[in-house]
Amino acid sequence: MTMKKFAIELTDIDKRFGAVHANNKVCLQVTEGNIHGIIGENGAGKSTLMSILYGFYQADAGQIDVLGNTYTFTDSHHAIAAGIGMVHQHFMLVENFTVLENVILGTEGGELLAHGLAAARKELTRLGEEYGLKVDLDATIDTLSVGLQQRVEILKALYKGAKILILDEPTGVLTPQETVELFRIFSALKQQGVTIMLITHKLREIMSITDQVSVMRAGQMVAHRNTCDTDREELAELMVGRKVLLSVDKGAANVRAPLMRVSRLTVVDSQGVERLKDVSFELRAGEVLGVAGVSGNGQTELLEALAGIIPITQGHIEVLGMEMDNKHPLTPDILRGLGLAHVPEDRHRMGLITDFSASESALLGYHTDANINSGVWLSKAKVDANCQQLMQAFDVRPADPQLKSANFSGGNQQKLILGREMERNPEVLLIGQPTRGVDIGAIEFIHQRIIAMRDAGKAVLLVSVELEEIMSVSDRIIVLCDGAISGRINAEDADERTLGMMMANALDPIDPLQAMNDAKSSSNRTVQELDL
Amino acid sequence: MSDLLLTLLLTLDATLRVSSPLILAAMAGLFSERAGVVDIGLEGKMLAAAFAAASVAAVFGSPWLGLAAAIVASCCLALLHGFATITHRGDQIVSGVAINILAAGLTIILGLAWFHQGGLTPALNNESRFLSITLPYVEQLAFIPVLGPIYKELISGHNILVYVAFAVVPLVWWVVFRTRFGLRLRAVGENPKAVDTAGLSVIKLRYQALIVGGILCGIAGAYIGTAYNAQFTRDMTAGQGFIALAALIFGKWRPLTVMLACLLFGFLDALAVRLQGVQIEGFGVIPVQLIEAAPYILTVVLLAGFIGRAIPPKAVGTAYVKER
Repeated sequence: MTMKKFAIELTDIDKRFGAVHANNKVCLQVTEGNIHGIIGENGAGKSTLMSILYGFYQADAGQIDVLGNTYTFTDSHHAIAAGIGMVHQHFMLVENFTVLENVILGTEGGELLAHGLAAARKELTRLGEEYGLKVDLDATIDTLSVGLQQRVEILKALYKGAKILILDEPTGVLTPQETVELFRIFSALKQQGVTIMLITHKLREIMSITDQVSVMRAGQMVAHRNTCDTDREELAELMVGRKVLLSVDKGAANVRAPLMRVSRLTVVDSQGVERLKDVSFELRAGEVLGVAGVSGNGQTELLEALAGIIPITQGHIEVLGMEMDNKHPLTPDILRGLGLAHVPEDRHRMGLITDFSASESALLGYHTDANINSGVWLSKAKVDANCQQLMQAFDVRPADPQLKSANFSGGNQQKLILGREMERNPEVLLIGQPTRGVDIGAIEFIHQRIIAMRDAGKAVLLVSVELEEIMSVSDRIIVLCDGAISGRINAEDADERTLGMMMANALDPIDPLQAMNDAKSSSNRTVQELDL
Repeated sequence: MSDLLLTLLLTLDATLRVSSPLILAAMAGLFSERAGVVDIGLEGKMLAAAFAAASVAAVFGSPWLGLAAAIVASCCLALLHGFATITHRGDQIVSGVAINILAAGLTIILGLAWFHQGGLTPALNNESRFLSITLPYVEQLAFIPVLGPIYKELISGHNILVYVAFAVVPLVWWVVFRTRFGLRLRAVGENPKAVDTAGLSVIKLRYQALIVGGILCGIAGAYIGTAYNAQFTRDMTAGQGFIALAALIFGKWRPLTVMLACLLFGFLDALAVRLQGVQIEGFGVIPVQLIEAAPYILTVVLLAGFIGRAIPPKAVGTAYVKER
């Protein structure tokens, strides 16, 4: 057997954006036909590196070799011609186009569409069969699920002749079942000799699917490993640059009286769609109640209804000695006064105002507090002091109250919001997607703070699409599916398989972990055998 | 032959004449907005084109040279719009408004400087204008009931640019929905990032769209200056660019429905002329002002909610910036 050649060889790639050194002499070798993982925290330079490889940006210095030839990519067109395909984190699809139109965009095969469309239809049918990538070619994108849209992106790349496929955080938006399906596709692609580069921050995926893994930190490539020679702890340490606790360290919960009672809560939105159906549960002091579910199954509406942001259609909520229902709503302001704090799911839309300075974002909702006012005016000194104190307590970096909120990293924005809501010592904390887009080091910190609140006898409602987070932080778990509670389970009894089944309302009994391992160990098997 | 049919035919005949520049301008706007660039400068481009056409036709005595000049003038303004909004990512509304103001002022100043007629261009003789064309066999077929008069009064007897306007509509549809350029055009107005990552140039595509729009606007202006009228007068486009823009929204950025919207606006305009001074029993004479305002009132009412949700191309109004 001869030695396999490199599909990608990057040598001393250097790229600066103003003062930011995004890529600092980065070297990378990817063996042909392998699945190669690239991990690193946000801002480590992974996406920049891939954008350079895809011709989206030009490197300031360095050499790019693809399948043995040296290239200078000045735009994506060249990279595509060299055999590189990319599936971006945010899909690059035209939503009101059909699958077919999206795929041929850029390689239409002539001035008129008719011929190109027919040829593409034939080729895509073939690709779909060869790799198990079936999708309705005449459906418009906005009617497809996220998992299918991703499939279209993969098809698009393959149709353009990609021999090397780059995927940027491909599983972030997928259900466990869709993830399994994606990994099955990876195996099929690998079988056909396609090289796959997987960019992710999920260590478990790296361990289960890749052959090699490279770690980036602060613009530099810090390590290359064979996946079989490493483990999650080592990779996490390499990413962050210090030892990281991956599991949440917590004692037994000391559960006390309920602080919130939700009875038969139903929410109908302005379009008349029932978003929450007959949801009932109790939230008790001294516990973390996790709400699991595939994104868009009513979690957002649950959080917003509990926080008084959207009206309740039916049912009622008892919270901290007050009651609210359709006739007697409570405003977020009143609830805040009672001791209910809310960390919204989408920090850019609801958590802070990106154009405001950190000190201004740090007082949203609390702008009438005595400790930042003097008379009718906000006291700038007190506002800054409030923010400074909060930044210290929650380790927000850089600790500059004047810096625009938009200029903090995702993790630091989140810590700022957590600080704002937690520092006032609420009795009930509603918290949505606390670690979405947050670095692994900050995740550790945020989890510790949530557990600390719980241990201080507060009640925490945690909504997250990350099953690992739900399982490790919560004490009890409820699962939402299509707006209704489809499962209740104690955290110690929960595993990914059970939760996955509850999330899909038991319609699709696939064991995600088992299937992932299957997908990995199956590189020698045929596609048919793999079909789950 | 009943008078009623004749009156109806004459009104519809007028409708076609009034609608033609609206259709051409709206198709221009369709290209631009489908590519993601708001084209509020249709009015200004048409005005400049009308002036260029009337001036050149007056000096050289050829409507075709006038048409060429109109296209050049309109394309120059389109390129200016592109330079401001595509290359330099300026605000598309502001740039469009600036073009309207620029055209309004420049046409008068140049007219004064060149022709010394108070801002007017010299009146055109028939050789310098696009004249009505009588289609073949009009008289021979006139005996056929209903269809004969329709052919004679409605279909025949327009200038060439009217026929161009109506021929352009299916052509635009074909280009937008059946060609590679059309696919890319629609994509760049919906999701320019998808176009960029497909290895295509967003900037080039948007400039191409503006140029096509410039050509169509130029034809519309030439029609106003040298076919519908026989000289340039100040602000002679009189808001037709804006009506075309309204028709574009009303027709939801689709060529055939946009054309129907233009025809509706044109019909109201023609009707307004026909209704002037007409006695209505128990009501008296309808005030001229009210009739003239009718198309605009209808526009407002229609746009305010009678057309359902008009979903514009998603990226319209935003400059494309490669993000970090």
